[in-house]
Amino acid sequence: MNIIEAQEKIVNEFEDIQDWEEKYAYIIKLGKSLSEYPEEFREEKFKVSGCQSQVWIHAGVKDGKVVFDADSDAMIVKGLIAILLRVYSGHKPSEIISASPDFLKKIGIDNHLSPTRKNGLSSMLKQIQMYALAYKTILEK
Amino acid sequence: MDDSTVFTEKTTDSVSKIFNVDEVRADFPILSRMVKEKPLVYLDNAATTQKPQAVIDSIVHYYTYENANIHRGLHFLSELATESYENARLKVKEFINAMSASEIVFVRGATEAINLVASSLCRANYFGDGDEIILTEMEHHANIVPWQLLCERKNLKIRVIPIDDNGDLDMDTFKSMVNEKTKLVSVVHISNSLGTINPVKEIINYSHEHDIPVLLDGSQSTPHIKVDVQELDCDYFVFSGHKVFAPTGIGVLYGKTFRLDDLPPYQGGGDMIRKVTFEETTFNDLPHKFEAGTPNIEGGIALGTAIDYLSQFDREVLSNYEDKLLKYATAKLSEIDGLKIIGTAKEKASVVSFIIEGIHPYDIGTLLDTYGIAIRTGHHCTQPIMQRYKLPATARASFTFYNTLEEVDRLVEGLLRVKKMFS
Repeated sequence: MNIIEAQEKIVNEFEDIQDWEEKYAYIIKLGKSLSEYPEEFREEKFKVSGCQSQVWIHAGVKDGKVVFDADSDAMIVKGLIAILLRVYSGHKPSEIISASPDFLKKIGIDNHLSPTRKNGLSSMLKQIQMYALAYKTILEK
Repeated sequence: MDDSTVFTEKTTDSVSKIFNVDEVRADFPILSRMVKEKPLVYLDNAATTQKPQAVIDSIVHYYTYENANIHRGLHFLSELATESYENARLKVKEFINAMSASEIVFVRGATEAINLVASSLCRANYFGDGDEIILTEMEHHANIVPWQLLCERKNLKIRVIPIDDNGDLDMDTFKSMVNEKTKLVSVVHISNSLGTINPVKEIINYSHEHDIPVLLDGSQSTPHIKVDVQELDCDYFVFSGHKVFAPTGIGVLYGKTFRLDDLPPYQGGGDMIRKVTFEETTFNDLPHKFEAGTPNIEGGIALGTAIDYLSQFDREVLSNYEDKLLKYATAKLSEIDGLKIIGTAKEKASVVSFIIEGIHPYDIGTLLDTYGIAIRTGHHCTQPIMQRYKLPATARASFTFYNTLEEVDRLVEGLLRVKKMFS
């Protein structure tokens, strides 16, 4: 599944959910399903700043693709991370960089994207892009 | 619960308007709006308060009928605007019972007021090498960072009065901290994150016994209690308009006349001068020497209107009502399994910070928002407090006199729903 397909799939999952509470219930569920964050990466340098909750994102490379691990102490944020990872993890750096975040608007959680809102969905997205950019430089050298 | 809505107890001032919460709510148009298809429950009053229609109208009125630059024009509108603005200063003087209106300096807010005092004290060479400033562990960043910036320029030391687990100041430690190096005590009157009402009278008296001036951060006290700066005898007092039902961008620095006389101007520009040549400038009288440039005229006027609005009530009746909300909220929230209130000082204003075991405050705030309930989550600009309690954040509900017991019930119901989602 490429990034666009992954985005479409998530948008479909959210399509029928109209109620805010249900939407968050589903995000929390996604958060709970997020694979466990490797404890050796629970370090200050993997922390994302600009978040009201604590957020860790670690990126590695497998077969030329960027693989992300991430975690948060807030469950809704963890759910937002799960959404981002389903879309962005396991793809080539150039694909990650060129992907549009518009699907978040379609899900209806773009209110979390406002750069002034200190919950860091925008910070997390930026961090993911930064990792992709860094690996692009390394892999394409 | 409906017995709470009307307070008809004896007032000290016979002309005070009888407080009725339903009538008061009708004065604040935003309170009747819907949020996420639910009636708004606004419990973030410690961050900013909503504005009564009279305050909103006064801004419109100013621009519709009075707008002109103040103090310099001879024409009708300029005199009208000047009169309205200076009349607002008189209202502030009455509001905190200053000795004179010239002791009232209009600023952008409490933050600018503290920065003004810090910066001007510094330029007056008030502090010597190794001098000390005493703050409390519960200060807002606005009463920490300006002094730290000062410390970088002078070799100053900040000393911090610790608090106990309840959020009460350790007054014995305070007294033991005061020494010949202590040059200023700058403390918060009421804590925005814990609600603690500090024993400021005791702090001021003790400091004055040692000839140390005291600055009070009244950002949270002015909305909740009647402040009398002469009775308190504080040297400086600061507050923000937007926390007392006035617009943002206007605030007040009060200083005793001799304290303000001793301070050099903060910013240079128009309105603060008496005579300017390229060789030398002489400065205007108090308070104008601190008010460079065209001020926030409509903000000052609207602050006056907000004070008028508050002053129609007996402030004690409002305080008692808020106290009732606080006690009710404290009792109801305490019944929630796993909920812990942070800040249980002996004397408290209507602020309740709390955590719920196993649920991050961020999740609590986000979910309550979907029920139309506005609370605050985070460190509340008091990170040292969070470090003290070893918490990354808390959730905070802060009440004012337009809140109701029913709204407390909505908060409790909301929290129970949040808990259910995490069970």
